[in-house]
Amino acid sequence: MTVRTTRRPGAWDTTTEVVLGVQDVTKEYLGTLPVRALRGVTFDVRRGELVAVVGPSGSGKSTLLHIMGTLDRPSAGEVVVAGHQVSQLSDRSLSALRARHIGFVFQQFFLLSGYTALDNVADGLLYTGMSLADRRRLAVDALTRVGLGDRMGHDSTKLSGGERQRVAIARALVGGPDIVLADEPTGNLDSKSSAAIVELIEELNAAGSTIVVITHNQQIAAGFPRAVAIRDGLIESDTGNGVSP
Amino acid sequence: MTTALAPSRLHAADLARTAAVGLRTRKLRAALSALGIMIGIAAMVGVLGLSESSKSELLAQLDNLGTNLLTVQAGSGIGLGSGELPEEAGAMIARIGPVEQTTTVSAVDANVFKSDLVPSSQSGGLTVQAVDLNLLDTLAGTVADGVFFNDVTASYPTTVLGSVAAERLGIDEVTGTQLIWLGDQWFTVIGILDEFALNPDFDRAALVGMATADAYLDHDNVPTSILVRADPAFVDDVMGVLAATTNPQNPEEVQVDRPTDALEAREAADDAFTALFLGLGAVALLVGGVGIANVMVISVLERRSEIGLRRALGATRRHVAVQFLGEALLLAAVGGIGGVGLGYLVTTIYANVRGWGTLVPPIAIAGGIAAALVIGAVAGLYPAIRAARMSPTEALRSQ
Repeated sequence: MTVRTTRRPGAWDTTTEVVLGVQDVTKEYLGTLPVRALRGVTFDVRRGELVAVVGPSGSGKSTLLHIMGTLDRPSAGEVVVAGHQVSQLSDRSLSALRARHIGFVFQQFFLLSGYTALDNVADGLLYTGMSLADRRRLAVDALTRVGLGDRMGHDSTKLSGGERQRVAIARALVGGPDIVLADEPTGNLDSKSSAAIVELIEELNAAGSTIVVITHNQQIAAGFPRAVAIRDGLIESDTGNGVSP
Repeated sequence: MTTALAPSRLHAADLARTAAVGLRTRKLRAALSALGIMIGIAAMVGVLGLSESSKSELLAQLDNLGTNLLTVQAGSGIGLGSGELPEEAGAMIARIGPVEQTTTVSAVDANVFKSDLVPSSQSGGLTVQAVDLNLLDTLAGTVADGVFFNDVTASYPTTVLGSVAAERLGIDEVTGTQLIWLGDQWFTVIGILDEFALNPDFDRAALVGMATADAYLDHDNVPTSILVRADPAFVDDVMGVLAATTNPQNPEEVQVDRPTDALEAREAADDAFTALFLGLGAVALLVGGVGIANVMVISVLERRSEIGLRRALGATRRHVAVQFLGEALLLAAVGGIGGVGLGYLVTTIYANVRGWGTLVPPIAIAGGIAAALVIGAVAGLYPAIRAARMSPTEALRSQ
């Protein structure tokens, strides 16, 4: 069901290309009580890495995910995705960047009801301008990769939680993005399904996908090759680039 | 190494598919909001269709009857005359150039009953009219059963009954032996006429020949009305001189009418109602539009996470706006097409009941669908803009 390579999972090599660069990013929410969600965050994600961004709720990790995913812009600092400087891009270009270079997995799955698993995955390529037939063909591959080859025609609302999250992961992967951002992917799952999803993520990474997982779960983070701990909008530790825990 | 970004794209077919998501997943709500538009459009198409069908029916009727029939009647009452026209009036009128045909009618002061046993107070509102042999020709009337007068029967105690008169006297077919009590003597019924579209007075009359009236009813045959067929090109001219020709001494005692005017006046009154109902249809359409706007605003709020997801998948603000606008247009189009169909159906049924041909003007069909789309676009615009303006992070956080 999954493709394995001989490469060590999560291998981190300083010579490989940086897919995601976060440079001194701050994010402030203005209001009656201004909040500084991020206070100067810097780190890189290289091609083929599997990174956990771990932190308690309110640490700023969701804000970081939105900024890394170009769904939000930083108040200061720069984000570089697949070589594109986000600050230089218009809103439309950011959409194009997300359509082709970034895959998202959400805690709530966000599958469209009334659509089959196959069409939910095919919608991952909806805004690339690819034809429906091509999108479905790639969706078949992606669903097979996540182990749902026998569930393609099922209505997405009739699948179990674990299966739904697999569909969502297949949707994030279908276009072969440079980076997949997963926001608490196991947050809505029981421990058994949760373990299976973590295993799937590790397998996909082993097969070459670059994945960043946002989680509050220390145990999951500890199992990954690299964990970036974040607290109060600052990086507390990064097991990948030598910052001591 | 950076390559230029190819823009996000959404094919038209995919746009239609995404616009249909809301309709597919919320069928009842979609059906109800489309129903609002449907009722409005059906009302407008139905009103236009019915008005057009009835108008075309009227035109066909006028065409058939001719608008060149004029009636000349003696006014009666103080200052209006004696109720009689000068005896030579018929001949005078016939001398007017564009007059093609005239026929003289003289009201007989007699009552008509089914038998001599019916009390004389129960005349049933029927009249007795002495007529010329060319009455049917001039009025374009037809015989339903039996025959009209000829030179012989017009001088014997025979009668031809109008349709209402025949019904009230209990005669539905002519056997040649039926007798009725007319002016205190027995008359043989030789014919029953079809209904007159323009001269309903004859429907309630028992007709007798002029010679018969003179010989059997002691009637002097002074004309009470003269029916005139004029050259269609000169109808107005003829109308202008009829009164003076009929009674040069007292033209004001002569009343000249064109019976088709009454039909046209009725049609004009119908037009006023058409405008009123069109207005009501427009109000219904507006309410339907407000319904769609309402449903779309709710839909945008409920589907925040879908909006967030689509932005994450690479949809631009414009893609999101167009999706929701497309959904509103689709709702309106469904309502519009359904409304045109319903309006057409109502028109067909009503026209069939009235015995008219169905005529729904193409402009009503095209206009109905166009109006629905315009309403849909207006109703969908605000929700679409709202959906597009929603920030992706806010939309994703909503759950």
